[in-house]
Amino acid sequence: MIRLPLSALIGLSFTTAYFAAALFAPLIAPYGMAEIVGESWEPSSSQFWLGTDSIGRDLLSRMIWGGRTTIFVATCATILSFGLGSILGFIAAVRGGWVDQVLSRLVDLMMSIPSLISALVVLSVMPVTLPILILVMGILDSTRVFRLARAVAVDIAVMDYVEAARLRGEKQTWIIFREILPNALSPLVAEMGLRFIFAVLFISTLSFLGLGVQPPMADWGGIVKENKEGIVYGIPAALIPAFAIATLAISVNLVADWVLNRTSSLKGGRGA
Amino acid sequence: MAHPIVKLVAQRLALGLLLLLAASVLIFTGTQILPGDVAQAILGQSATPETLANLREELGLNEPVVSRYFGWLFGVLQGDLGNALSNGQPIGPALGGRLANTLFLAGAAAVIAVPLAVLLGLVSVRYRNRWPDKAISAVTLATISVPEFLLGYIVIFFLAVQYRLLPSLSTVYDGMTLGERLYAIGLPVIVLVLAVLGHMMRMTRAAILNVMQSAYVETAELKGLRPFTIIARHAFPNAIAPIVNVVMINLAYLVVGVVVVEVVFVYPGMGQYLVDHVAKRDVPVVQACGLVFAGVYIGLNLMADIVSILANPRLRHPK
Repeated sequence: MIRLPLSALIGLSFTTAYFAAALFAPLIAPYGMAEIVGESWEPSSSQFWLGTDSIGRDLLSRMIWGGRTTIFVATCATILSFGLGSILGFIAAVRGGWVDQVLSRLVDLMMSIPSLISALVVLSVMPVTLPILILVMGILDSTRVFRLARAVAVDIAVMDYVEAARLRGEKQTWIIFREILPNALSPLVAEMGLRFIFAVLFISTLSFLGLGVQPPMADWGGIVKENKEGIVYGIPAALIPAFAIATLAISVNLVADWVLNRTSSLKGGRGA
Repeated sequence: MAHPIVKLVAQRLALGLLLLLAASVLIFTGTQILPGDVAQAILGQSATPETLANLREELGLNEPVVSRYFGWLFGVLQGDLGNALSNGQPIGPALGGRLANTLFLAGAAAVIAVPLAVLLGLVSVRYRNRWPDKAISAVTLATISVPEFLLGYIVIFFLAVQYRLLPSLSTVYDGMTLGERLYAIGLPVIVLVLAVLGHMMRMTRAAILNVMQSAYVETAELKGLRPFTIIARHAFPNAIAPIVNVVMINLAYLVVGVVVVEVVFVYPGMGQYLVDHVAKRDVPVVQACGLVFAGVYIGLNLMADIVSILANPRLRHPK
């Protein structure tokens, strides 16, 4: 039996709850995503647990459906950025030479422009659809993963066992996937948590600016945008996604911390 | 006298300019990667062939990409950012005023955030692993976990609506006194400070803790100096380079963070200008704004580099 520290337990249970709610949204949500069921901005009641939104949709249902979109987009973007960033990072570390130079300088260049600005520039000419959003976010974020993956892999690539594999005559794919990847996994997994949070914040920000998930689809940033006028009348509907995003961010962070501590201490505490 | 430090700094400056040039290529190509072309994207599916042809002509889309890029670049170098598609007005003057507003907002936030972050960092090192450290670290973790726009509405909800301390909309116009302006931007400044404080404070703490493990700090401890004197006199000066680095990176972040905050508070700055025109698919304005943001960002990162070179005594006094 693994003994979980309290913080990891809290983080893990909250994270699981959010992902479960996202997966089973059609079963849990009391009302449909775009179903108008009441007056606008009704206070919370036994019928509408969190009240209703600006045009009378049940806010709890919107939050659950919205969480589904937000978590789905963020997860896809994270997977894309990790696939792309880590593989390119490993290749740069293993090959070295001009491949490393070209990839690293390209990443430096992409990171010299803030991601939000790059995303806005690209989205000004692209149709705003979910696949495009995932692609843009994934590619922009893969630069961060590339840096980490390359830094970790450069250290591993000079180890004796990698040298031994090279002398055995193993192919590059073997070296990357069988020698480097398993040993680079723990810092990458911990980083994955942070990148996921970043993706959640990023997609929420884009949606809030009206350039992300388009209505009538719900997502947490969009819910803030739809209900922001209510704030001035003292209706806190727009603050509920804040709570959701913050708790998700903190709980994923707690899990990532725990993963990092556990795995790095197992391996003699190689810092990440 | 060619001091090696002059050479190093000149190198960094040249590198920065090169980076900016490359960034302009990236921004320009970023708006060209669409399958089809920009005119189609701007006008949408319902466009007639004539309007499409007109817009292509107006945008110069009939010329090859490379010559369009150089045309744009030389225009920018001469201070001509082109005309906005949406209203045909030149972009330069409109951008100038808004850039000044944005820098005013970001500057006000920086003036508060930087000393506060360094001070909190010092305090949390002094009381490491005791309650002040833990309290500071918990609060800053919470502010990092909430995106700026939500922080903005939380602040509006409590400070503007519940207690009516500050205005919820930051309207500024010409002829306002400095005091009125500062009052108007009170809330966005609070949000920006909260947004960057956590990271800056944590990195300051980490930088000082790093130095605290060195031998000369132990010597100072053994001499019996007071803990705060050790931190202020021995640890802090040696942690300046990493701290300045973090401060600069956060200032650069601030310049981007304003994009969202400006939209929340309807503040007439660069960020709002950019977001509005992205929605209108006004490509020349987006390019111009993107370039200015990239320029400020690269410039601040460059300054971080240069300051850390200058702060390093081994580079200042070569053997």
